[in-house]
Amino acid sequence: MSKFDEPDHYKQDELLQIDWRPPGTSWMDTRPDMRPGTFIYPGKAKHLGTMGFPHAREWAVTDVDWKLPEGWQKIVLDGMAERLARYRSFKIFMDTCVRCGACSDKCHFFLGGGDPKNMPVLRAELLRSIYRKDFTAMGKIFGSLAGGRALTEDVIKEWFYYFYQCTECRRCSVFCPYGIDTAEITMMGRELLGLLGLYVNWVLEPVANCFRFGNHLAIQPHGLMDTLEFMADDIEEATGIRVDIPMNKKGAEILFVTPSGDFVADPGIYTCMGYMLLFHELGIDYTWSTYASDGGNFGLFTSHETMKRLNAKIYAEAKRLGVKWILGGECGHMWRVLHQYMDTMNGPADFLEIPRSPITGTEFPHARSTKMIHLMEFVADLIRHDKLKLDKSRNDHINVTFHDSCNPARAMGIFEEPRYVIRSVCNHFHEMPENTIREQTFCCGGGAGLGTDENMEMRLRGGLPRGSAVRHVQEKHGVNQLAAMCAIDRATLVTVCDYWAPGVKVTGITELVANAMIFTGQKKRTHDLRLEPIPGMELDESMGEDVEEGVAAHV
Amino acid sequence: MNILVALAAVAGLFLVGLLGGMSGLGWLFGIVIPSLALLLFLGGLVTKVVGWAKVPVPFRIPTSCGQQKSLDWIPHAKLENPHTPLQTVGRMALEVLFFRSLLRNTKAELVDGRRLVYRTDVALWAGAVLMHWSFLIILIRHLRFVTNPVPAFVTFVESADGFLEIGLPAVFVTTLTFLAGVSYLLFRRLRNTQVRYISLVGDYFPLFLLLGIGLSGFWMRHFDKVDIAAVKEMMLSIFHFTPMVPEGISPLFFGHLFLASVLLAYLPFSKLTHLAGVFLSPTRNMANNNRAVRHVNPWDYPVKVHTYDEYEDELREKMVGAGVPVEKPLEKE
Repeated sequence: MSKFDEPDHYKQDELLQIDWRPPGTSWMDTRPDMRPGTFIYPGKAKHLGTMGFPHAREWAVTDVDWKLPEGWQKIVLDGMAERLARYRSFKIFMDTCVRCGACSDKCHFFLGGGDPKNMPVLRAELLRSIYRKDFTAMGKIFGSLAGGRALTEDVIKEWFYYFYQCTECRRCSVFCPYGIDTAEITMMGRELLGLLGLYVNWVLEPVANCFRFGNHLAIQPHGLMDTLEFMADDIEEATGIRVDIPMNKKGAEILFVTPSGDFVADPGIYTCMGYMLLFHELGIDYTWSTYASDGGNFGLFTSHETMKRLNAKIYAEAKRLGVKWILGGECGHMWRVLHQYMDTMNGPADFLEIPRSPITGTEFPHARSTKMIHLMEFVADLIRHDKLKLDKSRNDHINVTFHDSCNPARAMGIFEEPRYVIRSVCNHFHEMPENTIREQTFCCGGGAGLGTDENMEMRLRGGLPRGSAVRHVQEKHGVNQLAAMCAIDRATLVTVCDYWAPGVKVTGITELVANAMIFTGQKKRTHDLRLEPIPGMELDESMGEDVEEGVAAHV
Repeated sequence: MNILVALAAVAGLFLVGLLGGMSGLGWLFGIVIPSLALLLFLGGLVTKVVGWAKVPVPFRIPTSCGQQKSLDWIPHAKLENPHTPLQTVGRMALEVLFFRSLLRNTKAELVDGRRLVYRTDVALWAGAVLMHWSFLIILIRHLRFVTNPVPAFVTFVESADGFLEIGLPAVFVTTLTFLAGVSYLLFRRLRNTQVRYISLVGDYFPLFLLLGIGLSGFWMRHFDKVDIAAVKEMMLSIFHFTPMVPEGISPLFFGHLFLASVLLAYLPFSKLTHLAGVFLSPTRNMANNNRAVRHVNPWDYPVKVHTYDEYEDELREKMVGAGVPVEKPLEKE
């Protein structure tokens, strides 16, 4: 018997009984059905302690009494007032919604689950109803007639449930005529919950780890070295090349920062091996860092202040090591932080130089202030200048599609670079339907700290729109791999694809690049970085060798 | 329920205006209330906008809806993902004038019980464009009641609007499109179960107000034949600060004017502030040039971080053991 935290527990037919019609009762009078599989366990007291967060305590989502601190209503309302005075986004988004409903069927959780409070507009109304009652003239005079409602413990529980059923993917904000961004609403909602000591552990534990050890997974320096050494061994087995592991190297030209998911989780590790091979082949002067060992930042899913606290290490480490600029690996939310927040929070990075490719000489003026570029920008430039020796046919057994990750798509707009790279290293590339890619891309269902197994039902439901699109290209074009430049995708889309489009594997882009690259001094490469045999390669390469030998003999 | 409250409220308000006009309260309903409404509108909206503008924008958080500006050889989507202030103005113009984002709208469907598809759905966009643009032109037309002489562009808009030349006076196209647009938006709000579920009194109320204003205006022009000269005399008197109420204005006009006054007064305190708010939305009105130009948070404050020194102090032994360089050597025991 499978449990609620395993995909097998859920029958597709049952999950697909989706009813988008709302219930008969008004949403204000409808309490959420907090069943196992649809919520995440509370943040543990010890992790609140590590971060110095108030009101640490042990509690359970299923408890009737959440042991809210004394005077909790005032804490929340004061917290709202403070944020309304600090974030124009928050105030505008509270005031301007006209409830046109354009967003209503844009959220993957609504599409896959049908709970009306997963319509972005209602998710925001959970907060807006309190805002109206306590902060607007209409609400003060007309109360519930003006859409206001009192702040009760049930409201807090509802906030907790639904603000942790939002992956902050921003898809709804693309369709909103006023650009109302539910990620912003959810971030505020989570900050307010945090004031009461309410977090989810899947976010809070990584945050505490990241604060102390530099990465979400609490990998310590020796552990990181070991991990990368293991990868170097596998790389050698696959390619015959021994790569260096420059670590905390002072005076290196480039600091490389990537999500820590790349260090441990299959298939992220193959992408990490791809990074190592790429840098080795290019011969660039770069370094990893144990202190800045995660570009990912679960602070984004906690509070602005926490985001800043965790992000500070990156510039600090770049300064300490004396590098010239920073290169960032394949990650989604990490790039939201690096692109939209880092410079403001922890800049100016006036001690760094404008990124310039040591191989092509290309300068990247679009990153002249932050001094950090995306690996796909770097690699696209390399390929454009013909600086990588590539044999696309090595990926001929792969029929790939590309999943735009939410944050690089909607908080950055990096659409063409990854596509250019994929097309350069793969002969078989097929796009998913247009309403499911680029700025309209669907979340994996596990972003923003929701990618834990106890949340399995919501992950599978939220993964349905993506899974359905993957299945479409699988059936139509025979797609068998999905490339994504996001560590959370590489962790969660495996589950989503296995469930909704079985047979489609997940890969990072750099893994595809490395598998197509021809390395100086490589051995006969019959296996890819996963150490799986490459169909046809053994035969082709041996024939090639025979021919070469034959030519040599003839000469 | 919410819809009935809103309908009753608007009907009641209309009756109040009508009765006011009938019972010789012309001064109250023709001069005092419209003036107060105008003051509330201006004062309220300015307060609202200043209130918004006073709140800082700590982070630059545009929603990018197209290719970013990066490498020279990759075409940059200037209007969907602006990099410069001018491009941002372009994006905003598309948004404010043509409702760009609404035009993207899709409708999700579950086909064969398992396949999600998304169909283009421009109905909401069309209804919104019809309503807003018609409303704007109607407002411009109405300038003739408060200006003397009537500016040429008003006369021009008016004659263009009446180009169908049906009826006498000619039916304005925008009156029809306005009523059609509002009716569609109301119809959609009721028919779409999801939208109906989220609708508050404050969503129906403005629709009924607009409908009431539009219908009464249409009725006055084509059936009741209100004494326009007298109406204009009264309206001008307000703006010349020599208020007077001429004889013989139909009560229907006071119903119309009262609803318009309510709309004005209500606007700054309702969702209708979106007309100003749309200009200030940080996900739309900021350039996505974050990595090129530093954005400053005016209320930034120092936070507690875990410094490298603290990190190394805790982990030095392990770092040295793993061959990772350190700042301070291990203390010999």
